[in-house]
Amino acid sequence: MARINIRKGFDIRLKGKAEKILLKLDPSAEYALKPSDFHGITPKLMVKEGDKVKAGTCLFSDKNQTDIAFTSPVSGTVEQIKRGDKRLIESIVIKADATQTYESFGTEDAQKLSREDIIKKLMVSGCWPYIKQRPFDIIANPAAKPKAIFISAFDTAPLAPDIDFIVNGMELEFQTGINVLAKLTEGSVHLNVNINYPTSHIFAKAKGVELSEFSGPHPAGNVGVHIHHLMPINKGEEIWTVGPQDVIIIGKLFLKGIYDSTRVIALTGSEVNKPRYFKLISGANLSKLIEANITSKNARIISGNVLTGSKIDRNGFLGFYDSQVTAIPEGKHFEFLGWADLGFNKFSFTRSFFSSLIPGREFTLDTNLNGGNRAYVMTGQFEKVLPMDIYPLQLIKSILAQDIEQMEKLGIYEVAPEDFALCEYIDTSKTEIQAIIREGLDLVKKEMC
Amino acid sequence: MKSLRNYIDKIKPQFKKGGKFEKLHSTFDAFETFLFVPDKVTYKGAHIRDAIDMKRTMSVVVFALLPALLFGMFNAGYLYHLSIGETASLWKNLLYGATEIMPIVAVSYITGLAIEFIFAQYRGHEVNEGFLVSGMLIPLILPVSIPLWMVAVSTAFAVVLGKEAFGGTGMNIFNPALLARAFVFFAYPASMSGDKVWVNGLLEKAPIDGFSGATPLGLAMTGQINNIPDMHTLFFGFFPGSIGETSKLAILIGAVILIITGIGSLRIMLSALAGGLAMGFIFNLLAPAFAPIPENQILINYFSISPIMHLLMGGFLFGIVFMATDPVSASQTNTGKIIYGFLVGIFSVMIRVFNPAYPEGVMLAILLMNTFAPLIDHYVVQANISKRLKRINITK
Repeated sequence: MARINIRKGFDIRLKGKAEKILLKLDPSAEYALKPSDFHGITPKLMVKEGDKVKAGTCLFSDKNQTDIAFTSPVSGTVEQIKRGDKRLIESIVIKADATQTYESFGTEDAQKLSREDIIKKLMVSGCWPYIKQRPFDIIANPAAKPKAIFISAFDTAPLAPDIDFIVNGMELEFQTGINVLAKLTEGSVHLNVNINYPTSHIFAKAKGVELSEFSGPHPAGNVGVHIHHLMPINKGEEIWTVGPQDVIIIGKLFLKGIYDSTRVIALTGSEVNKPRYFKLISGANLSKLIEANITSKNARIISGNVLTGSKIDRNGFLGFYDSQVTAIPEGKHFEFLGWADLGFNKFSFTRSFFSSLIPGREFTLDTNLNGGNRAYVMTGQFEKVLPMDIYPLQLIKSILAQDIEQMEKLGIYEVAPEDFALCEYIDTSKTEIQAIIREGLDLVKKEMC
Repeated sequence: MKSLRNYIDKIKPQFKKGGKFEKLHSTFDAFETFLFVPDKVTYKGAHIRDAIDMKRTMSVVVFALLPALLFGMFNAGYLYHLSIGETASLWKNLLYGATEIMPIVAVSYITGLAIEFIFAQYRGHEVNEGFLVSGMLIPLILPVSIPLWMVAVSTAFAVVLGKEAFGGTGMNIFNPALLARAFVFFAYPASMSGDKVWVNGLLEKAPIDGFSGATPLGLAMTGQINNIPDMHTLFFGFFPGSIGETSKLAILIGAVILIITGIGSLRIMLSALAGGLAMGFIFNLLAPAFAPIPENQILINYFSISPIMHLLMGGFLFGIVFMATDPVSASQTNTGKIIYGFLVGIFSVMIRVFNPAYPEGVMLAILLMNTFAPLIDHYVVQANISKRLKRINITK
């Protein structure tokens, strides 16, 4: 068992960590599937408004890969297909039935199925999108043979949910999911846990996995960091990644033969009255939850964490992959001579504010950019929060120059936007680094694949 | 503050495109963001951002320079009064120094910022804060007797040719402040060298007997090693030199601020320190190799000087703390910074000992290493690339 201690990184100490109490919510009236949750796909609609669907019925597929179905999380009626600019499909909204009915995908034992049959079942049921690939951080290419499959069993992002708490009681489902994944790769299934944490029984007792232990500040829990340290990706190789809750959903598919995307999320952030855990179904409308728990009207609601999540409305829907909803104050305000403030209430990676004299304090941070966009001046900062043997500033500059050869040489295949989220957070020049990395990945994918 | 904010919001439209003062947009924006951190919020990527921005970064550096500036003011008054045989109170010395030095600071800022504003407007950019530091550095590395027009000319040269010609802040190859100094040094050598420029008044009138306006480096170069002040005086800074360079105590206070805040590179400072000590030590070892004949005596004496003295004399410490650490013109990789800093240290001491025409080596050493910084980075990054390529060969 590998033990790896990550030294570089940074924990953003935000107020509003969820208390370990799990509440069950009344089912939402509406659910939605948002194509924007899946980077790089072009949706091809399979339903129209008014159609009846079951949980697991295909709502749309990818134009370039029509086998991969994106299915309805619940049974009900297609209420609306929301379109944005240029008729881009923003979301497909389902009005849920009072009693749920499920498409049946069969309950064969995964051990007895061939790899092809398993892939087919995952694709038709809507579970395939849970399997993502590196490089490019997109939905895995079912035709590829991955070198290994990686699961990160802990999350170090700001206010991240406690995964051990979330998966509690799902031993069978988790193990079934692992068994399914094991059939997909000739390499091993890597399960990476946090050293500094009593590993839950589920993870410690999981069979057929290669267990590794990591410790350190964020992004020590990022699956990309684990891959980089255990099995760095070279050009032409692929590694697949799956989130721990998603393994359980895959497990349920093979145990019960249905697509049941129930998941536990942590409602976190300084604007939440009582941050706690909630059980709901993927894609659920969050308006009731938000009304009941977030009184501030000046809050930004984020599906996901503050670094990588996406902004949603007060009556928005939970993202496909998200296990967390965060609410922080909007920062649309001017601050007189803010840059000259002594800064007892300002949180910074640098120690240029007095707040750094008080260790361990938690902060309420708002969405203000705290400055203007500038050319890159500071150096050596990104290196301190990127625990990879990669030169971040040089990679970013090669992307801005659209120099594909240099991007490859500097290791673009090993990174995902989320790995650079902290660089973006600490950036003195206030540039959109995650978007830059995504642009680089898209460019390399377009030109090379 | 509310009324100020309202006033700004009221006049803002006039500076927007199509407004009456459209041509002053960048200038308006610079003043507005100086007064108020903008209300811009994140719209993609990370939803929260660090409290640090370029203004904060640069103002921390300016803050770190203040001890050196204050001491420079005091020292200017102290040495002036000493040279005319008077003793003056702390406040009188400070006041004298302030009246001499504040105009230099003002000219440097006004010239530099005016050019920055014009270029920012021309390019349609926001004004970058980089010059806040350069504008303070330039006065601190000049002699107190410098004519103000020279400050203006050298600043303009440094900003236009050293920075804007390359694309502005973040794109320059050389440290702008050092470029300004180099410009004066080569264009007007009479105002930048000798025994008379470092203390005000000496150019016009001879000092009282026993007072010398020579800098320690000037003394070392001319063989008057014994006249160099003791280490104690060198550390506290009561001797002639460029405005900000003399007090090592003031510079170290600045260094501590830069290191604690994490804004100055400790790697560069330490490796440059090591480089300077190493070169001084090598000279110590080489000293006996010279034939002890009178022609060699000056060099032998300079060779034998304690390496610690090299750190205390001249602008070495000021250079490695405030100039070599400029993130734009220094090496950008961590390994590169160590190599870069070490070579800055080596060359600083080497140039000052070997070349009698350039008593201060640190300026040229840093400018020289600025040229090589991208090359150093290239090889450091190349090593990372080869490591990655090797991995592919092993696995295949």
